[in-house]
Amino acid sequence: MVPVSYYLVLSAILFSLGALGVLIRRNSLVIFMSIELMLNAANLAFVAFTRVHETFSGQIFVFFVMAVAAAEVAVGLALIVAIYRSRQSVDIDQLSSLKG
Amino acid sequence: MSLELILFFVLAIIAIATALGMLLSRSAVYSALYLVVNFVSVAIFYLLLDAPFIALSQIAVYAGAIMVLFLFVIMLIGLETLGGELNWRQLVWPLAMGILLLVQGVFLVIQRVGRDVYIGQTGTQLSDPSLMARVLFTDYLLPFQVTAVLLLVAMIGAIVLSKREKSNQEA
Repeated sequence: MVPVSYYLVLSAILFSLGALGVLIRRNSLVIFMSIELMLNAANLAFVAFTRVHETFSGQIFVFFVMAVAAAEVAVGLALIVAIYRSRQSVDIDQLSSLKG
Repeated sequence: MSLELILFFVLAIIAIATALGMLLSRSAVYSALYLVVNFVSVAIFYLLLDAPFIALSQIAVYAGAIMVLFLFVIMLIGLETLGGELNWRQLVWPLAMGILLLVQGVFLVIQRVGRDVYIGQTGTQLSDPSLMARVLFTDYLLPFQVTAVLLLVAMIGAIVLSKREKSNQEA
């Protein structure tokens, strides 16, 4: 028997690692992967709560989060490819045209 | 120590190690492959938590479709190696922020949930996908249909964004 707080602490660790990845990496593809890691951590917490409360709502929310993640990846990767075509780089430090 | 607890700790170590590997590896391809292993270990967590449908869609959608798309874009752009980009002097503030976030999360978990809430043993109802489908297509029917519209919009957006602008050059 695993206490539910173990799952939640693991979810918090994975979410923090994802947030750290967004902060420390400069490659926009790796930043995007870190966002996926954060979504996964949130999903893990949802499923753990589903198991505690014995209701399906958490699993259904995970299902919707997966659909939104798929849509996000399709649009985001298209954006990255378009940015690479115009700037020849995916380094976010070089994408500073909007900085004023 | 029960078998489930041992399995949990082994999988947790794999998940955290692959997440760290994704963060620290120089090559974007290795980052993507570490992330695939991470997604598979999270899928096994879902199986442990009596959610087999979610576990299989995790493998199909995340480890399958999304990561293949990532690898496809990495290969298309040709950014296999990223060069020495991790500058340790710039890392102090992000590391402090990350540790602060982690401490806050763990504190909230212990304060709000407590350490004594155990996962019950009677989970046979939860692992039935047909019961989940009944809830999904009755209580959550409208969000499900909104999801269909969202996926259509994402598909159109991806096509429009990745199309080369020929009409602008001709005009």
